[in-house]
Amino acid sequence: MSEFEPNIVAFLCNWCSYAGADLTGTTRIHYPPHVKVIRVMCTGRVNPLFVVQALRQGADGVLISGCHPGECHYLKGNYLARRRFLLMRNLLEFIGVNPLRLRMSWVSASEGKKFAEVITEVTEEIKKLGPLKSFKREIL
Amino acid sequence: MAKIRVGVYICHCGVNIKSTVDVTKLTQFASTLPHVAVAKDYIYLCSDPGQELIRNDVKEFHLNRIVVASCSPRMHEPTFQKVLRSAGVNPYCLEMANIREQCSWVHEDSKKATQKAESILAASVAKASLLEPLEEKEVDVIPATLVIGGGIAGIQAALDIADTGFKVYLVEKEPSIGGHMMQLDKTFPTLDCSACILTPKMSDVGNHPNIELLTYAEITEVKGYVGNFKVTVKKKPRYILEDKCNGCGICVSYCPVEMPDTFNMNLTKTKCLYIPFPQAVPACFVIDPNYCRYTLRRECKQCEPVCKDLKAIDLKQKEQFIEVDVGTIIVATGFDTFEPTLKPELGYGLYPNVITGLEFERLSSASGPTFGEIILNGKKPKNVVFVHCVGSRDKSIGNEYCSRVCCMYTAKQAHLIKEKIPDAKVTVFYIDVRAFGKGFEEFYDRVKQEGVIYRRGNVSEVYKRGEHLIVKAEDTLMGQLIEVEADLVVLAVGMIPRADSNQVAHLLKLSQSSDRFLLEAHPKLRPVDTASDGIFLAGCCQGPKDIPDTVAQASGAAAKACIPLSQGKVRTEALVSQVDEYTCRGCGFCIEVCPYEAIERKSIERSGHTVEVASVNEVICKGCGACVAACLSGAIQQKSFTDDQLLSMIATLGEYYE
Repeated sequence: MSEFEPNIVAFLCNWCSYAGADLTGTTRIHYPPHVKVIRVMCTGRVNPLFVVQALRQGADGVLISGCHPGECHYLKGNYLARRRFLLMRNLLEFIGVNPLRLRMSWVSASEGKKFAEVITEVTEEIKKLGPLKSFKREIL
Repeated sequence: MAKIRVGVYICHCGVNIKSTVDVTKLTQFASTLPHVAVAKDYIYLCSDPGQELIRNDVKEFHLNRIVVASCSPRMHEPTFQKVLRSAGVNPYCLEMANIREQCSWVHEDSKKATQKAESILAASVAKASLLEPLEEKEVDVIPATLVIGGGIAGIQAALDIADTGFKVYLVEKEPSIGGHMMQLDKTFPTLDCSACILTPKMSDVGNHPNIELLTYAEITEVKGYVGNFKVTVKKKPRYILEDKCNGCGICVSYCPVEMPDTFNMNLTKTKCLYIPFPQAVPACFVIDPNYCRYTLRRECKQCEPVCKDLKAIDLKQKEQFIEVDVGTIIVATGFDTFEPTLKPELGYGLYPNVITGLEFERLSSASGPTFGEIILNGKKPKNVVFVHCVGSRDKSIGNEYCSRVCCMYTAKQAHLIKEKIPDAKVTVFYIDVRAFGKGFEEFYDRVKQEGVIYRRGNVSEVYKRGEHLIVKAEDTLMGQLIEVEADLVVLAVGMIPRADSNQVAHLLKLSQSSDRFLLEAHPKLRPVDTASDGIFLAGCCQGPKDIPDTVAQASGAAAKACIPLSQGKVRTEALVSQVDEYTCRGCGFCIEVCPYEAIERKSIERSGHTVEVASVNEVICKGCGACVAACLSGAIQQKSFTDDQLLSMIATLGEYYE
């Protein structure tokens, strides 16, 4: 049997983490190819629905990454995201999904190396958790 | 509505994308996706022929949505938006698939990278087919600027803008403009007298017909947006009327109260009815209410009758609130110096002959308390030790950054000691000497040749042995502990963000970097802009700088601040939120989460009832989308980032993953 290749969706804010991810590319640091990025202007835009739908529709894990606390381009969007993240983890637990499938990180525009580390870590973690089977679209 | 016809363009970027991602396979894949009318690959899409290819295809295939799979949108989105505009397609009907920075450059396995590129591309096409054309709105700009802070940065910015012909309001917290530069003796490396080069600029500010000077004043409220800021300025009472005082100073001799002279770093005393320094602009006296016997206890009042002709003294003066309307704002609030008592091992505050670099400036200045003679406790020091990096490059007190000026101001001060006391022994303890600017290395060389001893080593302790101070350090070149006798120790204190920088950031809705200095919009390409449109940074509020860098940045900020003023109109952000008034239930969650107070409630008629719904001020909205995530009914949506558009990407990423 071939190794489990997880599917991970990442919501990155335009100003910090997306720029950080670009820097990872510019500096040619390699990381596993399982994470696909959806760009949002701010992590404050990430609706809990997105997380649930991503997991329902084929993702095994979700990453939300934004600016460091205090450095949000929109002042407090990352704080809103952080609060929602904690609630979302509770929600996932409630609906029977391991809350560790949702991760949040702070990666600034200058932290290309850190972005690669976060992606590698998240990928390893989701690999360990295995494929998300019990929560696909036929169930909800 | 016209049928959605998507054109997909895949860039090789030379070999940057092509060497990892199979572009031919990707192009074939793209042509199978829904709504795609044409899919092509090309070696360099950003080149002229690449752009022309897209333009021709728009005509030939009647395309109305374009997906470009290439580098990051942060790189070339504006380029391709221009292509769309010139091809007659709304520039917001473009979606970019980032298959270079976030795919070909970070993966080695060609098969997996191509698979990932397919997922990314499919999601981008899904979003593109749901994109809507957007309009950019224009608003008028008030042709005036507010400059906050009257140090050299604020002075330079104010003069540049005023010379361009626009109105400037210059707000300064202290009774006079001038800032820290006014306190300096000589400037490195040219040894110009600091006050002599600054005071002409100060009087230019005072006399400029386009500059309205508001000293002894603070910003208390900032409302509005680029082009239309409404700022409230609190003018503290001077107790002396600026328009009447002629600066004669006769009243001073009648004032019986003495207080520490903060301009002279508390090295001497001044009356509480004072002028900070003789060249002050405005040349108007001020009474410190924390010391004046009348303001404290309603007694004394000896000064008032002295000014009987001009009647310039008004001890009952109240603070005043002034409202100014401006189009742009420049923040030039400057810095504080590091408080060396936080490094108690260096003995500052304990031994009177341990002083800071800024105190040395006052001691050395011809206008200072000793008239330029280096005299401390009645004696000329013979053994002088300078200590670098006090409060900079020091993780133990949380300041990791280099303050950029201390190496050179120490070199200059060492030179001044040698000039004024030729037989003095001068030792400098350094970690590294950073003489990076124009003429700096040459100056550092000159100082070394004058006999100043540079020893590489971190000072661990300053203590007293008998009559003398002992500076203990490890000489890291010799690898030995050394003790140097001193009768004057000068600590090269670094720059820190101003104590009120949190308040400034909060008032103007600016971000701060991890060192608490104000954050620029981009560290390389937008160093004077902030994330808030129409607000710019100049000088040390953004990070430590020397005078030439500060002046250059101030002129840069002035030029940037003049752009909206001279255009007369600004384009507003197009990716703003909008409310569907039929589904909005008026709960107000969006109002609570909006960081810019851009959303208000308004009453509308709906099916014969008056109901309250949210209403977005599109000019204030910056397009973060926080309100959208907070909305329970899905009534508020961010243009180009709607729930439908993002959910279509999520669904596609799941669908095309095997």
